Amino acid sequence: MDLTLKVWRQKDAKSKGHFETYKVNNISPDSSFLEMMDILNEQLINECKEPVAINKGCRGGVVGLDGTTHSGPVAFDHDCREGICGMCSLYIDGRAHGPDNDITTCQLHMRKFKDGDTITIEPWRSKGFPVIKDLVVDRGAFDKILQAGGFISVNTGGVPDANAIPIKKENADESMDAAACVGCGACVATCKNGSAMLFVAARVSSLALLPQGKIEGAKRAKAMVAKMDELGFGSCTNTRACEMECPKGIKVSHIARLNREFLSAKLKD
Amino acid sequence: MTKLISHVPDGPLQQKWTEHKSHIKVVSPANKRKLEIIVIGTGLGGASAAASLGELGYNVKVFCISDSPRRAHSIAAQGGINAAKNYQNDNDSVYRLFYDTIKGGDYRSREANVYRLAEVSNNIIDQCVAQGVPFARDYGGLLDNRSFGGAQVSRTFYARGQTGQQLLLGAYAALNRQIAKGSVKSYPRHEMLDLVMINGEAKGIIARNLVTGKIERHGAHAVVLASGGYGNTYFLSTNAMNSNGSAVWQCYKKGAFFANPCFAQIHPTCIPVHGDQQSKLTLMSESLRNDGRIWVPKKKEDVEKLRKGTIKGSQIPEQDRDYYLERRYPAFGNLVPRDVASRAAKERCDAGYGVNNTGKAVFLDFQSAIERLGKDKITEKYGNLFQMYQKITDVDPYKEPMMIYPAIHYTMGGIWVDYNLQTTIPGLYAIGEANFSDHGGNRLGASALMQGLADGYFILPYTIGDYLAGKIQEPKTDINNPAFEEAEKNIQERINKVFSIKGTKSVDTFHKQLGHIMWEYVGMARNEEGLKKAIEEIKALKEEFWKDVFVPGENNEFNQELEKAVRVADFMEIGELMTRDALNRKESCGGHFREEMQTEEGETKRDDDNYMYVSAWEYKGDSQEPELHKEPLKFEFAKVATRNYKD
Repeated sequence: MDLTLKVWRQKDAKSKGHFETYKVNNISPDSSFLEMMDILNEQLINECKEPVAINKGCRGGVVGLDGTTHSGPVAFDHDCREGICGMCSLYIDGRAHGPDNDITTCQLHMRKFKDGDTITIEPWRSKGFPVIKDLVVDRGAFDKILQAGGFISVNTGGVPDANAIPIKKENADESMDAAACVGCGACVATCKNGSAMLFVAARVSSLALLPQGKIEGAKRAKAMVAKMDELGFGSCTNTRACEMECPKGIKVSHIARLNREFLSAKLKD
Repeated sequence: MTKLISHVPDGPLQQKWTEHKSHIKVVSPANKRKLEIIVIGTGLGGASAAASLGELGYNVKVFCISDSPRRAHSIAAQGGINAAKNYQNDNDSVYRLFYDTIKGGDYRSREANVYRLAEVSNNIIDQCVAQGVPFARDYGGLLDNRSFGGAQVSRTFYARGQTGQQLLLGAYAALNRQIAKGSVKSYPRHEMLDLVMINGEAKGIIARNLVTGKIERHGAHAVVLASGGYGNTYFLSTNAMNSNGSAVWQCYKKGAFFANPCFAQIHPTCIPVHGDQQSKLTLMSESLRNDGRIWVPKKKEDVEKLRKGTIKGSQIPEQDRDYYLERRYPAFGNLVPRDVASRAAKERCDAGYGVNNTGKAVFLDFQSAIERLGKDKITEKYGNLFQMYQKITDVDPYKEPMMIYPAIHYTMGGIWVDYNLQTTIPGLYAIGEANFSDHGGNRLGASALMQGLADGYFILPYTIGDYLAGKIQEPKTDINNPAFEEAEKNIQERINKVFSIKGTKSVDTFHKQLGHIMWEYVGMARNEEGLKKAIEEIKALKEEFWKDVFVPGENNEFNQELEKAVRVADFMEIGELMTRDALNRKESCGGHFREEMQTEEGETKRDDDNYMYVSAWEYKGDSQEPELHKEPLKFEFAKVATRNYKD
């Protein structure tokens, strides 16, 4: 397959970004989207080796093979490449994780595109996730939200036997559904309000469904929501866009459970 | 002379750990507050250690290369975690888990460490449940188990096909709680580039801030290495793209011995290579072998038709299928250990029975399981794995058998540690996949998660106290000490050198070439001639790298090519040491298969008289060959025998 790529380039958090257009050829439909990005980068690195490029440090003015200038290899986050680490985060043709359902970007394969397509690739765009470089964003806010209460307060050791408290299979299963969240941020990126409600709800709900987590349930919901607001994420207006784009199929019903926990906490205030 | 003192306590196997921990020193709460510990890595080992040490009151700094501790590659572990709970009443016990692990490792692991691992396995499950890990349960509300390779009992706890994720999120939550309390400080997007030693003891690290490129100094009273394995030496592996051996390698170069480097695990059930554009390989969990049956056609004409695409696997009738694992190993069948299953797949493919167009694939079939249990039950057990397979291959595994082939997955070798998990450098500890101690020549499925958490939650927090008790008078490490200055200068020079080459080839080009050499000569089958050739080829590649690599950009920015360059430079050296170790070990054991040493049936042939030892390599400088030290392995309690999975 031969493709045209329009890729967002941004030197660092402070600089203004812009799109650059590249061509990549002979892409196998069996390749993953990120393997296609590897090929693009290999090509861009090769072009950096032209003498003019080296003089300029291969930034902001490399002459590409087609005579246009580019900014060297594209920075993008990726790691496990099997859809579980949550590191990859591309906005492809206007969709978080691209044109397929229930996947992360690394699970997207080129057979979803056609020969000759033009593909637009952008970073997550949200106030809560400032751009670090090109397609890489800072999702440190998610860590901070979880640090506010996304845990059960137990130390290592001194806990009861694992089978001491039976848990209904249905509850354990639903808890697992919510716990499948990989923390990629697609929900925030796709939400018109930039809300992190689905992310917060997944953790709150997963723990609230278990007897061990229920104890701190209300406190947890209040603390995490407060932190989310503090970090500049928007409010939830029930558009359910997050549910549509969640690579792990996490349902908005967990937001309902979060609201229940949150309200019961507020009522006690 | 050898400096290897294992510090394994005397006494009966069952009493060693209990006795040992009762007698080692502890640090009072007031003194813990004065002590600093650096933890490198936030996988199951690093996250659980950092959280537990923080809970105890130490000042912990934890470093990871990703944007969040939760991304560590432990997250990708699918199948499960072993524990000797005996909840299934199938006569499991601590001893049986210990014995299976020793036997699975082909008698090349340290007996006392393995027993302790089995002993604390039960505490891990309790701990994880208390943290809110949603393990699979039965209708009565109690925990469910599944079976894994190399065991005849069901002792594997699981959370669908994403157990590693759930256990890591548990440890990460515990870590977050400590970060919020201020006892742990987290440094995401930071990479350790060197270990700093003062008076022969580990006192800190040099790290690079991956966002700004700033080279930073961090001091401590002790350093814990939990940076995982070095499987990416092979370029194509099931490891995450950023998993690397550099932290471990820098410690080796500072004097920590590297043990059994040649022991790399090749996992039998991975999705086959699709072509030259491939960047990594995807594992299909071993848990699938609970219900999936592995086969190739009996007839060559069926193989031909499969390769041409004129028939599909599902169209080949039962009587024309060779379920070769069930045929060769009736007692364990499809659940033989990984090394055995991988070699058997290679044997069939080498004999010309590979089922895809490259000839390097076998079938993993769920047809009979779906008939027996129904599609819904299979979805419940393996749904996410089936989805993953379909997304990658575009084939529906509910209808057609999966195609799988072995791939590099895990490294049993690692930094040598004593019973206290301390390396040959005082104050430097290594836990999880980064150390060597528990898995011998082959790791059993669902044991990596067990080891990472055992080390981090229940072993290191005790044993490190024994060392730190001697440091309570010692002030905070001064990062202006000349040792830090020198280490920082060396790193800066190394980075400058990488940029200054301005050659013609990208970093990936070298990494791929290294991968080809490693897979060809240091892969599933190894021989003297090939290994010697590999050493020469790696040396030549290394030379070429330092003359002809091209790294664009600058140091003082987010620069992924620079990150890769530094790692690949180390991978080449790691590859050379792996090859050297494989050449030295003229026996076959576990995942290390020397073609010269096999039985008539093609099984591994150990040489217990000459090789019942841990090989521990000491760095002697770039221009000199490393020195081999040997830690003899004594089996006082487990009976050493030939591994038999046939009857």
